[in-house]
Parts: sequence; structure tokens; C-alpha cells
Amino acid sequence: MKLIMAIIKPFKLDDVREAITALGITGMTVSEVKGFGRQKGQTEIYRGAEYSTNMVPKTKVEVVCDDALASRLVEAIRQAAHSGAIGDGKIFVLDVVHALRIRTGETGETAL
Amino acid sequence: MTGARIMTGMAAGAGLCLLVAAPAWAQAAPAAAAPVPDPGNNAWMMTATVLVLMMILPGLALFYGGLTRAKNMLATMTQISAVAALAMLIWVTYGYGLAFGPEGNAFISWGKFFLRDVTPASTAATFTHAVISEYVFVAFQMTFAAITIALVLGGVVERMKFSAIMVFAAIWLTIVYFPIAHMVWEGRGLFFTMGALDFAGGTVVHINAGVAALVAAVMLGKRKGYPSEPMPPHSLTLTMVGTGLLWVGWFGFNAGSALEANGSAALAMINTFVATAAAGLAWMLTERVMGHKGSALGFCSGIIAGLVAVTPAAGNAGPFGAIMLGAVASVTCFVFVAKVKPALGYDDSLDAFGIHGVGGIVGAIGTGLVYAPWLGGPGGADYAIGHQLVTQAAAVATTIVISAIGTAIAITIARALTGLRVAPDIELEGLDLGEHGERAYN
Repeated sequence: MKLIMAIIKPFKLDDVREAITALGITGMTVSEVKGFGRQKGQTEIYRGAEYSTNMVPKTKVEVVCDDALASRLVEAIRQAAHSGAIGDGKIFVLDVVHALRIRTGETGETAL
Repeated sequence: MTGARIMTGMAAGAGLCLLVAAPAWAQAAPAAAAPVPDPGNNAWMMTATVLVLMMILPGLALFYGGLTRAKNMLATMTQISAVAALAMLIWVTYGYGLAFGPEGNAFISWGKFFLRDVTPASTAATFTHAVISEYVFVAFQMTFAAITIALVLGGVVERMKFSAIMVFAAIWLTIVYFPIAHMVWEGRGLFFTMGALDFAGGTVVHINAGVAALVAAVMLGKRKGYPSEPMPPHSLTLTMVGTGLLWVGWFGFNAGSALEANGSAALAMINTFVATAAAGLAWMLTERVMGHKGSALGFCSGIIAGLVAVTPAAGNAGPFGAIMLGAVASVTCFVFVAKVKPALGYDDSLDAFGIHGVGGIVGAIGTGLVYAPWLGGPGGADYAIGHQLVTQAAAVATTIVISAIGTAIAITIARALTGLRVAPDIELEGLDLGEHGERAYN
């Protein structure tokens, strides 16, 4: 099993969700996160006081899938989250050692 | 409509000396009926009074609260509410007596402490032959004292102890607000007899509160991390809501200062619309000219600057004079808040001086201009603009001096009694938890 962790632009979340569910994935976890990469922060001005924020708001999407689906899923997320501008985000793929569905006690890929 | 109109146009307490004499007439000649309040005027003044309360709660509390950081939201709103409540109690105990008592001179009055001799039948004079119930007048003026001390807090939020704020408020009202209110609004008062034009309290409320906020902010010191650390407003949504409530409530403040539901109140009402509208847009336009985006906070700040500036001019200007005044005050406040304050480096946290002080001064001086008939004002053909401007400037300067000295004394006493500032760890953690044991948002 693989954990796909994608850091994307917040307004791309709906596109990513649609792309993921189109592949038959039935669940995902989404968090609002902040961070920085190559994208510069924004400047905010309140009554003339300028603040440059170097942390940019992003959305983190986490999906666990079986190994066979992983590469297609990564590609689907990439296409859905792509705008071509700096700050589109990153996708990480991690190995998952174990999975367990709390309600039934099922383990492994059947728990996904 | 010249000299006499200047006298009456300025003050919400005109002819209070008449009021003093009223019970005596009643005893001497019971047959000569004492003037009876017109129910319409009374009803309007009761409405105006609660509108001013709405400016404080929740108007100013939300406006200021939204501008602070989330960790200080409740503390800011609680401070505003508590000083307003304290001002009400002090007002009926001795504040009304010190401002509008039967005995007195140009600087202070006394008598009517604990509202002695005020009854449902007693009346307060207006600017015409009409009267309103004295309890209504007492309550209307009470809300002015309450909002003025609440405005001062804009300079000191996010770091001043709650106990220090309460001590400061009690002393400041006593040695600064009541004397200046007397000088502006009472028939024997210094500014009143000078003929200063101040329809709804530009000097006593806004210049006074603005200067006090500046002096208190400097004596208190900057917030930890100011100005290097970002301190953006935590909710401009709530600030916008507060701005709207302030604007609506301000009709009670300005149009109510006519003390009757008459044409003077109507003039104050239209001016409170249009001067404010001009000021809100002027601030955004200034932002654009300076190369920034027109902002929501800019709009709100302009609205307040316009309301402040039109306060002394509300019944003393034509609508287009008021529009000019609002726009000029807005641009001046922008320059002060966005350029002058950062250059000088003091931490008037929510710009109580930058908007109420500066806008109040522009409004007070500008009222002397827009009163002129050739600018659409209600002044007579023989209106002496130069002489009036000198009078306006003298009233402004006197207010600044008394406010600055009195604030320094009040802060010094509060420092001796309470320590003034919260401990550094409380300031970092936020005053909501440190001073009140609560969080605004869970």
C-alpha cells in the first residue's frame, strides 16, 4: 500500500477530489496547512502597515491506495492540481506498513 | 442666525441655567405652567440615547475587537463594555453635577450630585423654547461620557491591565471629561461663551479621546514586538460590522445633539450620511493613488474619520460643505495613520489618535469654514470666518492641553495603584486568557 500525500493549491481541491473518486478511491483526508517552497509569500497592508507573509496557505490531501493504483493516482492528482504557475505544490508517495478499519477489524487493502 | 445661532448650534446643554431656575418658578407661580416636554421630542431623544449606546455595545466593541489579534478579542470588548458601564454609574453619581450642575464657573459646575432634584417632571432646555425631560437629557449625555472613555482604549489595547483601565477611566472622566463637557455644553462653559462651534462634541469627545489615547499609549509603551512583528487585524469582518453599527448609532449622536426632532436634527442627519460616504470613498481613493489596493479596512477607517469630522459640523454645515469636510479629514487621517505614525514610532494600537484626534481637529477647524454661507453653511451673511477660525483653534488647543495633562495624571495614578501593564507572559499568551480566563474562539 502507498500513502499519497499531495500539497496543492486550496482552490484545486474540488478538481483533485473528482479525479481521485473517478479512479474508484472512496476516501481521503484533507487538511488546511501553511508552508513555503519556491513560491514567494503575499504582501498584506493594513492602514499602511505592510506585512509580507512568507507562509502560504495550502491544502494537504492524503490518500492510501493499493500499490497497483499508486502511479495512476499520482498522475491524476498531478493533472487535476496543475495550473502551470509557481506554487502548484508537491506530491509525495510513502510506503504504508499496515492498515486497519476500526469498525470491523479488517486489515490490509480490504481496510481501505 | 448669526451670533445667537453660533451659541445654540454648538451645544447640547444650552440653557441649562434655565433648567436650574425651573423649580423656583414652579414654587413662586404655580399658576404659570412650567413648559411641558413635547412627546415627539422626548421620544426622539430617547431613541437617540439608545442609538449612542449601540455605538459602544456592540459597535465600538466589534470595531476595535476585530482590529486586535484573536488572543485579545474578548479583553478588548470587555474593557470597552466595562468602562462604559463605569462611566454610567459615575455620571449619575457626580458626573452630571460636575458638567451640568446648578452652581459653577467657566471650567466646572457642581450640585445635583446623585441626581438630587431631578424628577420625572423636571426638564432640560433645548435650543428653542421647547424642553425635554431632564432624565432623558441626563441619559443622553451619559452615553457621551461612556463612549468617550471607551474610544480612548483604542490607544492602549493588548497590553494594559484591566484593573489599570478601570482606575484610569474613573480618574480621567473626573478630571478631564466632565470639565471639558461643561466647558463645551453648559451655558457658562468656556468654549460655549467663546462661541466655539461644536454641534455634537468634536472637541469634548473626539479630540479629547484621541489626545488621551496618544498620551496613554506613549506612557504605556509599545506592545511587545511592535512594529517588527506582524499584528494584522484578526477579523475585518467584525470590524466592518462594527463600522456599520457605529455609523447607524452616530445618527443618535449627531442628530440627537439637536435635542429636538426638528430641522436642525434633519440637517445633522443628512450630513452624517454624506460626509461619511465621501470619507469612506476618499480613503480608498487615497490608497489607490498611493499605489495600493482599495481595502475594506481603508473603507471602514474612512467611514470613522468622516463621522468624527462631521460631528462638530453636523448641524453647522450644508451637505456639500460636509462632503468636503469628510473627504479632507479622511485623506488627512490616512496620511497620519499610514505615514506619520510609522515615522514617529509610537504604538497608538488602533489609531484612536490618528483617526479621532486628527479627524476631530480637522473637523473642528473645518467647521469654522463650512459654517460660512458661501459654502452652503447656515451662517449669516455677516459671518466672520477669520474670527471664528481663531475661536475654533483656541477651543481645540485648550482641549488638547487639558486632555494631555489630565491623561498623564490619570495614567500616573493608575500605574502607582495597579502596575499599569500586564506581565510579559500574559501579553504573549493574550489578555483573554491572562486577564479574563476565557477565549474568544474555541
